[in-house]
Amino acid sequence: MEIKPGYRLEGDDLSCIRDDRVLFEELAFELVPGQVLLLEGKNGSGKTSLLRILCGFREPDTGQVYWCGDAINDSQYYADMAYVGHLDGVKKELTVLENLKVSLALGRPGQYSIQQALNKVHLVNYEDVLVQALSAGQKRRLSLARLLITQNIVWILDEPFTSLDKQGIMLIESLMSEHCAKGGMIVLTSHHDIDLHGVDVQRINLP
Amino acid sequence: MSLSRAFFAIIRRDLVLALRRRSEVANPLLFFVLVITLFPLGIGAQPKLLQAIAPGIIWVSALLAAMLSLDSLFRSDFDDGSLEQILLSPHPASVLILGKIIAHWLVTGLPLLIVAPLLAVFLGMPTHSLGILLLTLLLGTPVLSLIGAIGVALTVGLRRGGMILSLLVLPLYVPVLIFASNAVEMASSGLPVSAQINILISILFMALVLAPWPTAAALKMSIN
Repeated sequence: MEIKPGYRLEGDDLSCIRDDRVLFEELAFELVPGQVLLLEGKNGSGKTSLLRILCGFREPDTGQVYWCGDAINDSQYYADMAYVGHLDGVKKELTVLENLKVSLALGRPGQYSIQQALNKVHLVNYEDVLVQALSAGQKRRLSLARLLITQNIVWILDEPFTSLDKQGIMLIESLMSEHCAKGGMIVLTSHHDIDLHGVDVQRINLP
Repeated sequence: MSLSRAFFAIIRRDLVLALRRRSEVANPLLFFVLVITLFPLGIGAQPKLLQAIAPGIIWVSALLAAMLSLDSLFRSDFDDGSLEQILLSPHPASVLILGKIIAHWLVTGLPLLIVAPLLAVFLGMPTHSLGILLLTLLLGTPVLSLIGAIGVALTVGLRRGGMILSLLVLPLYVPVLIFASNAVEMASSGLPVSAQINILISILFMALVLAPWPTAAALKMSIN
């Protein structure tokens, strides 16, 4: 399933003020299909705040985020985006399969079935295991599997590599490259150096 | 993408979750039963008095049990990030939240209906008013869940929201308490109660239509 070109995520004159402290101001970017936007900066520089603005959880203090030219709240944006934050967003009392079924019902079916997605994130045979019995890395892979089973264009990832081992990191990087090759877009924060071959990576360095 | 599928998926999810953490569910019910059984012990051997205040006792206990159960409505979803995912869904958040409130009522409100007749007999209420008691509980307890949801949504982001929650929500429960306990009292003395029942029905429908929307808006503020 190829994503049609013409999608565009823009931020214009964004600023964020928290407790009288200016985290960033006059921030602008434009993201087109196939691109990755990597947010860098030290702890407390406003990376997560910017991601939450891009999710619509937080209003920017000035400026606006646009999806295909329309403000995100007036557009189809929420049908086209998926977010994995630093909280996993999975219920620990439900099994792996039950969690993914709920995620699927909340969105639109995407390119992979639940089985295929579990295969991709190496969680086959864990379908009926309660999430509380999974390790932190497995939980992370499960929450990333959500990106694969629903139809979406923009991935917004807050520190996606936290608690993943080397193989896990390589796995997620390959999924990200694949998503971009299909015309998807990714916005992420990461302390790790990301290694995406042939993908156009824009960097924003928050002071 | 179907809204009804998402709506029922949320209800099913919350019911399965309730089944797997039974103590959270049993807590308000146990509280309801305990408070009501303590009244005869406190008042002593005065069956007439007990019978007269029975509707009030049952309804005040139901109100407090509902208050006690409210925190579990959004707390765990808020803590583990599921709430963010629900609010990011392309479906209207208010409908999904209504699903959560309905599941919450099925788990915490409906059990009160099942034990209430037993407790009413225990307090010496005349049997011909049991039907009206059940009817008021059936109409009133969903309103408690719906109105309570707005209060929890506003306070779920606060570390210690319990106190503010009761101050916010209890005054809004008062109309339900007045009309419901009055209806049961009238029914006990054999008077018609259609006016009170009609008012309760209209309160229920108003809450059903108007409560999910501010709840969703308040949740969006809370996860900010």
